Amino acid sequence: MNAPYYKFGYFNDEVSLIIAFIIGIGFGFFLERAGFGSSRKLASQFYFKDMAVLKVMFSAIVTAMIGLYYLSVLGFVDLSLVYVSPTYIIPQITGGLILGVGFVIGGYCPGTSCVAASTGKIDGMIYLLGVILGIFVFGELFAWIEPFFYSTPMGKIILPELLNLPYGVVVFAVVLMAIGAFAAAEWVEKKTASKSGGN
Amino acid sequence: MTTITDTIRNEVIDKTKAKAEKTAQPYWNPYLSGIGLGLVLLAAFVVMGRGLGASGAFTSLISAGMNAVAPEHTAANNYFNEYIGDGEQSPLKDWLVFEVIGVFVGGFISGSLANRIKKSVDKGPRIGSHKRLLFAFVGGGLMGIGAKLARGCTSGQALTGGALLNLGSWAFMMAVFAGAYAFAYFMRRQWT
Repeated sequence: MNAPYYKFGYFNDEVSLIIAFIIGIGFGFFLERAGFGSSRKLASQFYFKDMAVLKVMFSAIVTAMIGLYYLSVLGFVDLSLVYVSPTYIIPQITGGLILGVGFVIGGYCPGTSCVAASTGKIDGMIYLLGVILGIFVFGELFAWIEPFFYSTPMGKIILPELLNLPYGVVVFAVVLMAIGAFAAAEWVEKKTASKSGGN
Repeated sequence: MTTITDTIRNEVIDKTKAKAEKTAQPYWNPYLSGIGLGLVLLAAFVVMGRGLGASGAFTSLISAGMNAVAPEHTAANNYFNEYIGDGEQSPLKDWLVFEVIGVFVGGFISGSLANRIKKSVDKGPRIGSHKRLLFAFVGGGLMGIGAKLARGCTSGQALTGGALLNLGSWAFMMAVFAGAYAFAYFMRRQWT
């Protein structure tokens, strides 16, 4: 049991920033490989034409989830030291809805817009300016938003606790759900393609 | 006669080859890209004990900018002053800030290797560039507000929290898809 390394003091904060940079390179690399530097490709998800957003997202979640689960079962990672952000259910659902609408209007989410901007997409750069303005407005209105922001606190809560099921069972259920979602995505793509006459 | 046609044909083939070398390569298979992304996320969990993020870096950037321009105003703001902390070090000396700089670099590396670096406005065929850029700005603004309200965006909540089976993250993820699908109809002229 010696991971997460940072939490066990294997290196200091300065080193952690270099690691952040390296991990970021990997993150940006795979986002761009997937085609997520293109708003049109991302937005196609919401017209059932190209379900890459769902496929990439769920295969990433499943990979990291299974990896972390097995590493913790093997005693390599102390799962309790991996940061889980506390849940504030209503503000998070509201934020998700706003973000979803922003996604289909703007064509990106913050991470993908960085990749778009660095590969020369003007819309990605303008989008980032919008994000910065949005965060500024949020912060300036915070005194007014604050009561809602801290409403419906549920603390640090994960699905196995909520459902009262062992961690491994929930991991298995998520894998099954992802496989179902992949099958549905492939089916939907074929259906949409045949409707628009091939292509 | 045959030599002339052969020369022409060879020339055409050469030109097509040269063009093919410069055209953008196809994207990777989504499952393969997703597994790559998942391994990066797993590395962050194992090495750092935390996941990925994006929007938080921009909050640090704004906090630093505001602190430089209007320090008193920023200190009085309950949201931004948390990013400033005790003021001993710059809010830019932050894990997410360095990670996001890496995202820009990683995207550029991948784009360069695949001939995808190009100054362009990405959009559907039925909308002009100016309108597209206006939508990009408005969408970005909503995204900024939504991400702050949800305590993270697609990276910090959906990906990271999703893999950690965090309840709030899964609720957030469903809400993102619901919001986007519900509003997609009104945006169809921009994308399809």
